[in-house]
Amino acid sequence: MKIRSLPTWLTAVLFFLIVGVVFQFASNQGWLSGYWRQVIMLGTLMAISALGLNLKYGYAGLFALGHAAFYGIGAYSSALITKDWVVGWSGNPAGGLAGVLAIEAGFILAAVAISRCKIGHLRGRLRDRLSKWLTHFEASVLATTVILLIGALIIVVVGGGSGWLVRRGVLALVPPLLGALPLAISQQAIFLLALLSGAVLAGLVGFLIGLPLLNLTYDYLCIATLGFGIITYVFFNNADKLIPTMKGARGMVNIPRLTTWPWVLACLAVALVVLRNFIYSSTGRAILSVRDDPVAAETMGIDVFRFKTLAYALGCAYAGLAGGLYAHLYAFLHPSNFAWLKSVDPFVMVVFGGVGSMTGTTLGAYVFEILLEGLRVLPAEFIDWRYVIYPLILLAVMLFRPQGLMGSNEWGFLKPPRRASKSANQQIGESAKEGEGK
Amino acid sequence: MRDNLIKVLLKALSWGILAVIAGVIVAVIGNLVAEDPVTFTQQMLNGLQLGFMYAMIAVGYTLVYGVVKLINFAYGDIFMVGAFVSFFGITQYGFSFVPALLLATVACVFLAVIIDRVAYKPLRDAPRIAALITALGMSIFLEYFTALKFVFSPDYIAFIRPFKLVTWNVGGVTFTNIQLVVAATSIVYFLGVQYIVGRTKIGKAMRASAFDKPTARLMGINVNAIIAATFALTGALAGTAAMLYATAYPQIFTFMGIQPGLKAFVAAVIGGIGSIPGAFVGSLIMGLVEAMTVGYMPLGSTLKDGIAFTLLIIMLLIKPTGIFGDPFEEVK
Repeated sequence: MKIRSLPTWLTAVLFFLIVGVVFQFASNQGWLSGYWRQVIMLGTLMAISALGLNLKYGYAGLFALGHAAFYGIGAYSSALITKDWVVGWSGNPAGGLAGVLAIEAGFILAAVAISRCKIGHLRGRLRDRLSKWLTHFEASVLATTVILLIGALIIVVVGGGSGWLVRRGVLALVPPLLGALPLAISQQAIFLLALLSGAVLAGLVGFLIGLPLLNLTYDYLCIATLGFGIITYVFFNNADKLIPTMKGARGMVNIPRLTTWPWVLACLAVALVVLRNFIYSSTGRAILSVRDDPVAAETMGIDVFRFKTLAYALGCAYAGLAGGLYAHLYAFLHPSNFAWLKSVDPFVMVVFGGVGSMTGTTLGAYVFEILLEGLRVLPAEFIDWRYVIYPLILLAVMLFRPQGLMGSNEWGFLKPPRRASKSANQQIGESAKEGEGK
Repeated sequence: MRDNLIKVLLKALSWGILAVIAGVIVAVIGNLVAEDPVTFTQQMLNGLQLGFMYAMIAVGYTLVYGVVKLINFAYGDIFMVGAFVSFFGITQYGFSFVPALLLATVACVFLAVIIDRVAYKPLRDAPRIAALITALGMSIFLEYFTALKFVFSPDYIAFIRPFKLVTWNVGGVTFTNIQLVVAATSIVYFLGVQYIVGRTKIGKAMRASAFDKPTARLMGINVNAIIAATFALTGALAGTAAMLYATAYPQIFTFMGIQPGLKAFVAAVIGGIGSIPGAFVGSLIMGLVEAMTVGYMPLGSTLKDGIAFTLLIIMLLIKPTGIFGDPFEEVK
């Protein structure tokens, strides 16, 4: 009873402290080899990626297959930033950071400007005005052209201008500021910035690709996001024509190894706590309602499309964060790590652990990675069986327990807030089951 | 008077914009033709060959999707198994073209029906996403299982053509007997499937099951048997397509099914999924676009996959039901 009365945030902090210290102790004592340390760190960052997918698929009900693309976007963009700072490729140590931040600022401001101008509305009004003289078809051709021109102008002026400003600002400010610090600290600072901007870039791309695609449902959404994954894969393979240091199909090398155990664990902790608070907030409830019954949600005044896009973009940002950690864990990036089949990995984790369960997804990620690597102890002729076993697990789970091992149950501090404890927990659990039945 | 002037000006402007867009497209294509008509025709032929190949696979996708509303992700891998089986027929038993084709077809029919029975049938009434994930799992399982050493081995294997390659040269454009065989088989299969679905009793039952399963069941149709028959039909298509594909591009490996499978599915979506002529036309467009990308775009051969899927996304934005799709059957 006493333990139960601990506040949620304290439980979370204590839990992660204990896990972190135990792991550190075990590796200091030599119980864990360097190889297994890496496997567990990989599991941790895959858990972040899988949580992002769970937000898209488990909570928002969007069956999207392009997760690995966003993982790759986060990995490559953050690797460009830190590689520039530590090893250098663009001639200015902050060049990578300036470039990525400029793109993000340009995107965001252009998007804000376009939505402020209410372009769709404008197009309709222009068309109505023109239809005084023209047929409907002619009027819409003219109106569309005008709107496209205005949109292009806004993108070039607002997006390009703000991007240019941000780039100049970062180039002028960051090297002297961070350069004054000792190298070890400035590296960590730049790593943090790289992870954040990688996540933001992945989220932004997710938002932009979500705008046209999220109106589609089920198979259409699945195949369209899969298509986006393949387009990104093709882009990574040819990226060396754009930025030579990305090396395209040969694989990007010389990325500083900055991912350490405290970093991954802290990222997972933040990701879990943010997701938990997000899901149990009113926004989270809106997202759940969109999954369970879009029509009913719409009648309750919920902007279905907006919440779908929000969940999708946030899920993509999680993938981007995990990608950044991945890039600095192995110091080598190859496009084949982000091919569309890799989008299935986080899917297996989510489906295995429990659709719509944060606890389940996190455990699923660890089980998946440890199983995949643990099966290496098999004799050499059975090594290839690993990839036979994991689709079989997926099939078995789908056929016999489609809601995943954990279902939608949560453990510990991931449980719904106690104030509404019983009813909210039951509601979310039940609605998840109903969502399955659709 | 002033109104009239504005009207004429605006009309001229809007038609002018359309004319400029059309003019640019015509000019680009015309330029390509005028520059080198032989290369252009050659690329067209290559594109058509690829398109006919995709058409057979795409018809299979569209049939399954039409009846069970499921993207059969494992279809590309059934196709791959067909290629390997015909390879074994040719190398182990010295089969000629037709027996090898029949062997591949029969093997794929059995495989397709077994996959349906084992993986999809238990999930018939489950949510659609569950079946989709199962299909994905089945696909990955087939790829990695057949890549094991004692099954098909993970190596790239050179396929042995069961008949001699004959090339003809007409005014600089080369075409091969394989292209003729591919086109003929594809058209025959297309007409055959059209006939089966449109004119026979079993086809009528398929259409009824696609439309409304419970009612079809009430009308005395054995829906599960009809679905099995659909899978068998698609298996036959996959087997034949695999044999022809391996003959045209003689290199087989256990992941060979992914790319043609996905492209054919995209072609089926572009044509309008659920529609057989749509799948056929979509595949031809897909093949042509791919050949033209490889032929004329800088870095075309590396970008072709990207272009194909960009085409898909544009199509989904403009008309998600595809060229031949039923506008009333909204994306559910």
